[in-house]
Amino acid sequence: MNCSRRSFLKYAGLSLIGMGVKPALAGDEASRFTRSPEELMAKRWAMVINSRKCPGGCKECIDACHRVHNVPNFGNSKDEIKWIWNEPFRDAFPGQEHAYLQEDFKKKPVIVLCNHCDNPPCVRVCPTKATFKRKEDGIVVMDYHRCIGCRFCVAGCPYGARSMNFRDPRSFIKEINPDFPTRTKGVVEKCNFCEERLSRGLLPACVVACREKAMVFGDLESPQSEVRKLLQAHFTIRRKPELGTNPQVYYIV
Amino acid sequence: MLEKALIGDRKYWAWVGFLILLIGVGFIFYLRQLDYGLGITGMSRSVTWALYIAQFTFLVGVAASAVMLVLPYYLHDFKTFGKITILGEFLAVASVSMCLAFIIVDLGQPARAFNVLIYPTPSSILFWDMIVLNGYLLLNIVIGWTMLDSEKKSIPAPSWVKPLIYVSIPWAISIHTVTAFIYAGLPGRSFWLTAIMAPRFLGSAFASGPALLILLCFILRKFSRFDAGKESIQALAKIITYALIASIFFVLMEIFTVFYSQIPEHIQHFQYLFFGLRGHYALVPWMWAAVILAAVALILLINPRTRQNETLLGLACASVFISLWIEKGLGLVVTGFIPSPLEKIIEYFPTGPEVAITIGIWALGLLILTVLYKIAAAVKVEEED
Repeated sequence: MNCSRRSFLKYAGLSLIGMGVKPALAGDEASRFTRSPEELMAKRWAMVINSRKCPGGCKECIDACHRVHNVPNFGNSKDEIKWIWNEPFRDAFPGQEHAYLQEDFKKKPVIVLCNHCDNPPCVRVCPTKATFKRKEDGIVVMDYHRCIGCRFCVAGCPYGARSMNFRDPRSFIKEINPDFPTRTKGVVEKCNFCEERLSRGLLPACVVACREKAMVFGDLESPQSEVRKLLQAHFTIRRKPELGTNPQVYYIV
Repeated sequence: MLEKALIGDRKYWAWVGFLILLIGVGFIFYLRQLDYGLGITGMSRSVTWALYIAQFTFLVGVAASAVMLVLPYYLHDFKTFGKITILGEFLAVASVSMCLAFIIVDLGQPARAFNVLIYPTPSSILFWDMIVLNGYLLLNIVIGWTMLDSEKKSIPAPSWVKPLIYVSIPWAISIHTVTAFIYAGLPGRSFWLTAIMAPRFLGSAFASGPALLILLCFILRKFSRFDAGKESIQALAKIITYALIASIFFVLMEIFTVFYSQIPEHIQHFQYLFFGLRGHYALVPWMWAAVILAAVALILLINPRTRQNETLLGLACASVFISLWIEKGLGLVVTGFIPSPLEKIIEYFPTGPEVAITIGIWALGLLILTVLYKIAAAVKVEEED
C-alpha cells in the first residue's frame, strides 16, 4: 500500500475529528439512563409539616435522616453538620413571636430543613453549578464532586440549611450506609428531599420515620395529592416568604 | 529589569529573608489546613466566611485605589503623579495577588478551583469576580512593566498601552463593585443587603490604598534614593482626605437608616458591632478603636497645617489604614453572620494556624511589592542620574 506521510496525517486527522464528533451523534446523554419503574415522580415536590401533630423534642425524623445520609456527628457545634433539626419557634420564624404567644409555641420546637425553594438563592450564587434545581421536580440538589467549598451558598441561604464539611466526616459516622455516598472534607451539603429514595420508590426517610404522621410529602401540582388537600384544609405559613425565595416546605401551626 | 531586584544591601536581603520566613511558616500551616480541613480555622457552621475572605475584601480595595493615580495622570495629564503612578500599579499587582491567594486558601477543595472555569456560571457573582480580578492583575502587570521598560530605555511607550490604560480605569472600579455585589445581593443577610455597599467599598478603598501608598513612599525615601516628592504626596493626601470623608459619610448613612427604622434584623448586626448583642462583645473594642482612629485621621487631614507636616501626615495615613482595615478586614464579613439566619450568636475568633496563614499571604504580597518597588525605584533613580 502506498501511503505517503501527507495522506497518513490527513486520515489520522480526520479520524481524530470523527472521535470528537461521535459523542454528539450518539444522541441525548439522558436517554442512556433508564428510570426505575418504581420511581416516585412529581412535577413539584413539596412538604407540609403539621406542627400541631409533631410532639416536639422527638428526634425520630432527625435520626432517620442523618442515619440514611451518613451525616457525621462531631460532637461539637462548630463543625456540626445537620440536614434536619429542631429549632425554637421564634428562631425558625423570626419576628413572629410576641410576649403573649400561646405557651405551646414558646416551648415546642419546630422541625426545619432545606426549603427546596422555587427561587433558590444558593443555586443563583454557586459559581460551579454544583448546587442546582432539578427541572423535572423542583428538588434543589448538590453534586458533592463538583463543589469547590467556597461557601457562597451558605452565605446565600436565608434559612441556615447548609453545612460545610470543615473536617473529614468519615470517621465520625457511626454506621456507614452503603446506599448513600459519604462526603469528603471541604464540601457543602444539605437535605436533598431524599431524591435517592424517591428514585427507588421510597418516601423521604423523615416522613417514613415520623410516627405521628406530622410530615407529609407530595406533588404540589397534583390537586389530588395529600399536600394539596392539607394546604386547602389548613392555614399554613412558610419561613421568610418575604425574601422571594418561594420555599416549598409549609407549616401548619 | 528583574535583575535589579537581585542587587541590594544587607538590609534589603534581611527584609526579603524575613518575608520568605513568614511565607514558609504560613505555607507549613497551610499544608496542615489542607490535611485537616478548614476546621483548623475559627470558622464554624454559623460563621462560614471570616479572616481570609475579609482580607480579600480589604485588599481588593487597596488594589482598586491605583486608579486614583492612573486617572489624574493619564486622563488629566496631572504630571505630578508621573513619578509614582508606577507605584500605584505595582501596589495593585501585589494586592490582587494577595486577593487570589486568600480566595484559594479559603476554598474547601482548592484542587477543584478550576471548576469555576470548566463550568462557567454567569449567575454567580464569584464567577465575575474571578474574571475582573484576574483581568485587573494582568492589566496592571502589562501596563506597569511596559511603561517602566520604555522609561528605562528612554523611548516613548508603545501605542498599544494607551487603550489598556483607559480600560484599566473603569476596570479598577469594577473589581470593587463586583466584590461588593458578592455581599450586597444575598437575601438573608441584612447586614450586607444595602445598595450603598459598592459606593462604601470604593470610598474606603480610595482612602486606605493611597494612605498605604504615602507610607510606602516614606519608606522608599528612607531606604532608597527614590523620592516621590512633596507635591505628589500632598496631592495624594488630599485624595485621602476626600475619600475618608466620603467613606465616613457612607457609614453614617447606613447607621441612620438602620437605627432610625429600627427593623430588628438590620439593627442587630450594628448593635453587635458597636455595643454588643445579648452579652457578646468580641468586636466592640475593635470597632471603637476604628472610630477613634478615623476621627483622629480626619482632624489631621482636614487641617492643612497638620496635613502638610509629613510626620503628622504619616500618623494620619497609618490611622486611616488601620481604621479601615478594622472596618473591612475584621468587622464587615464576620458581622454579616452574627446573628445567624436562625438568630444564633456564635462569635468568631481566629485560630493560630489561621493567623499564621494570613500573615504568610501578607508576607507574600509584601515580597512581590518589595521586588517590584525595588525595580521601579532603581529605574527611576537611574533615569534621574
